[in-house]
Amino acid sequence: MRSPLRSRLFHLLLGLTALTLVAAACSSSDDEESLTLYSGRSEDLIGPLIEDFTEETGIEVEVKYLGSAEAALLIAEEGDQTPADVFISQSPGAMGFLESSGQLADLDSATLDLVDAGVRDADGKWVGLSGRQRVLVYNEDGVTADELPSSVFDLTDPAWSGRLGIAPANGSFQDFVTAMRGSVGDDVTLEWLTALRENGVVTYSGNSAIVAAVGRGEVDAGLVNHYYNFRALAEDDSLPSRNHQLAVDDPGSVLIVTAAAVIAGNESDAATSLVDFLLSEAAQRYFADETFEYPLAAGVAPADGIPAAEFDGVGDDTLGGLGDELEGTRNLIVEAGFEG
Amino acid sequence: MTPRRLLTSVSAVVGVAFALPGAYVLWRTAQLGGDVTEVWSEAAAPAWRTVQLAALVAASAAVIGTLMAWLVTRTDLPGRRVLRVLAPLPMALPSFIGAAAFITAVSPGGVLAEPLSWIGIDGPIRFRGMGAAWLVLTLFTYPYVYLPVGARLSSLRRGIDESAQLLGCSTWSTFRRVVLPQLRRPIAGGALLVFLYTVSDFGAVQLLGFDTLTRVVFSTYLSDRATSFLAATLVLVFALAVVGFERRMRGAHVTGDATPDRRTTPVTLGRSRLVALVASIATIALALAVPLVSLGYWAARGLRRGTAGSFSELLEPALNGAVVSVIAAVVAVAAVLPVAVVTTRHHGRVAKGVSIAVVAGYAVPGLVIALGLVFWALRAPGAGFLYQTMPLLILGYVVHFGSQAMGTSEVAVAGVPASVRESATLLGVGPIRRWLTVELPLMRPGLLAGGGLVLLSTFKELPATLLLSPPGFQTLATDVWASYNEGFFGKVGLSSLALVTVSGVLTWLLILRRADWLNA
Repeated sequence: MRSPLRSRLFHLLLGLTALTLVAAACSSSDDEESLTLYSGRSEDLIGPLIEDFTEETGIEVEVKYLGSAEAALLIAEEGDQTPADVFISQSPGAMGFLESSGQLADLDSATLDLVDAGVRDADGKWVGLSGRQRVLVYNEDGVTADELPSSVFDLTDPAWSGRLGIAPANGSFQDFVTAMRGSVGDDVTLEWLTALRENGVVTYSGNSAIVAAVGRGEVDAGLVNHYYNFRALAEDDSLPSRNHQLAVDDPGSVLIVTAAAVIAGNESDAATSLVDFLLSEAAQRYFADETFEYPLAAGVAPADGIPAAEFDGVGDDTLGGLGDELEGTRNLIVEAGFEG
Repeated sequence: MTPRRLLTSVSAVVGVAFALPGAYVLWRTAQLGGDVTEVWSEAAAPAWRTVQLAALVAASAAVIGTLMAWLVTRTDLPGRRVLRVLAPLPMALPSFIGAAAFITAVSPGGVLAEPLSWIGIDGPIRFRGMGAAWLVLTLFTYPYVYLPVGARLSSLRRGIDESAQLLGCSTWSTFRRVVLPQLRRPIAGGALLVFLYTVSDFGAVQLLGFDTLTRVVFSTYLSDRATSFLAATLVLVFALAVVGFERRMRGAHVTGDATPDRRTTPVTLGRSRLVALVASIATIALALAVPLVSLGYWAARGLRRGTAGSFSELLEPALNGAVVSVIAAVVAVAAVLPVAVVTTRHHGRVAKGVSIAVVAGYAVPGLVIALGLVFWALRAPGAGFLYQTMPLLILGYVVHFGSQAMGTSEVAVAGVPASVRESATLLGVGPIRRWLTVELPLMRPGLLAGGGLVLLSTFKELPATLLLSPPGFQTLATDVWASYNEGFFGKVGLSSLALVTVSGVLTWLLILRRADWLNA
């Protein structure tokens, strides 16, 4: 009979030894020329930029890719022991959560001034990198041109009964509702949410799920970020899903910003230079051309096919102290009868 | 120190490690406060839905997993060697990807759309709600029953079913009256894992629009942490109650009848052979082929359009995942084995408490477990150096998935006949040598099945990998998740196919081949 245990024990020890070595190699020394970035943007949407940054400055960046909300929770749990120097959030909600827990450092005014006042924090804790606009995605086989609304308030019309999808538990929908509360007030927002539910709106888990459902014809339209349909068409250009921009001043066409912040206690010139680099022309052009987003700095124009838009960012006037606002938004969504 | 004392002390240490996340949840809940009545008013309805769904899924997974295991290990089912390798693989897919692939499969142009139209279901359908969640979760969780039951069957004394058949019992009554009673423990243990998995799942139920208790945990974690942690406490208390109940109800112990003799004459299925074959193939087709076709379609489209990335990008994440999964599986089995010995042989109270804690912890969502380990690693004196290193990541996996090795280990330990141990002792064999040469070989199928469950679960694990790993550490599961979130479906397809393929190879190489299933 073989002696499986002995050889397995040996392998285990070998493995553990190797692991310890790997671990030792991973915990690199804390010299100034290295940064740790927690990124809520996936590697597909920012990885090449980080490589360019290292090439240009010689500063090594260790990136932890995870969801924006998970990254915010992780930094909050790590407290003052967090290894993160810079945090990039895909959602203002996650950024607001860390701001309200006091874990974001003040950014230099030179950095803040790289973007318009509407797309940065009034308290100077975070700065917008790129924008995703809220739009109505629709199936061109299911919706006629004259049916397309100019406002989200038109979607409570019986004509839209059972034809619309939303993602009430998703961060970007909640960011949009927060912005809506800022512009039309809580009562009108609650009324609108309730009317949507009574009109048989169908709920989904997130933007991608809605765009896919619209592409399949499961619902005729949905409220999403503009990015996802561009992405879906890049994967399959035969899809019948199209983006429709609502009126500029409508709450439904608000711009949701991807933002960057430096973590309090870990401020450094290197951290600032990474944020500045992401606002440079080259980086902004990357957001415009490679990720279908709205650039926010350096005078870079959106890519072809992305409609130029006058927009109000989800800036500080609507999302001030967003940590608290998020709870209010969720309460409204739940009060309207959704599973927020 | 007597062996029993030693094992009890080891169990206590293991218990402390497994209790860390639960203690974190309770501590945070107490600290944040939170209004129980208010939370309950929101959580009551989802909690009831969770119980219904989890019970349904556990029951159907138990039936499918048991029948499948029996058919491929003990009967003359044609193609059983291939089916044996394919049957555990549906659990290799993260449940949210399985759900997404299923939604695509039933939509127009999907692989199931055509068959559905034969039965009069045409056009876009909304694949969501309890029925959809039940179907998808059953198909992706029956391996939690299949592997333990298969392991028990392959270490069970041969001959009783043969004798029963010779004495004139029909195939079905042989199964029901002779084999099934021997399988009560592994079936109950596996069904319990499925139940707890369903309670903790968020990805699949969220995509399928079925609102369970975990939704309350996840939808409030940023906006209202007190509610989020109170809901997590509810999950934990509920899981402890369910596990405690199962311990009380499971009754008689497994008889010590494991044998190293794995030769057998397969039960002849006779006329039911065709039915059994069609049912087995249909199950695997639904659980494995349907999602793989959707994923393959995304991958092929992505490769054609250049959006799927390249195969070489998959190498490092695949290797990362394989290494941590194998280590986590070995450590998990080693950690729960002493506990299993004390609970089954010495009926120790400490160890029983530990085993309940180990299993119940499985219902806590992985994200909460990962945050709990972050909390302890940064606060326990002297543990800080472990933070975001491989050993902590492994500990995270072991704490999350050790439950899967618990039940199978208990059954394996109980299966060693007392007479064999006594004979070895009488012949002057020391305890260490007895373990290495007599006991472990007899327990091998059960321990391997438990290790296999941990391995497959770790390979697809997400939240602990995201939070606890060193920066830059990526696995196929994290790739699939990141690509799915941002709509890179070509990459989702390619990475998912790699995930299933590597899982299959690892399961075959390390588990099935060594458990002698293939020689049965």
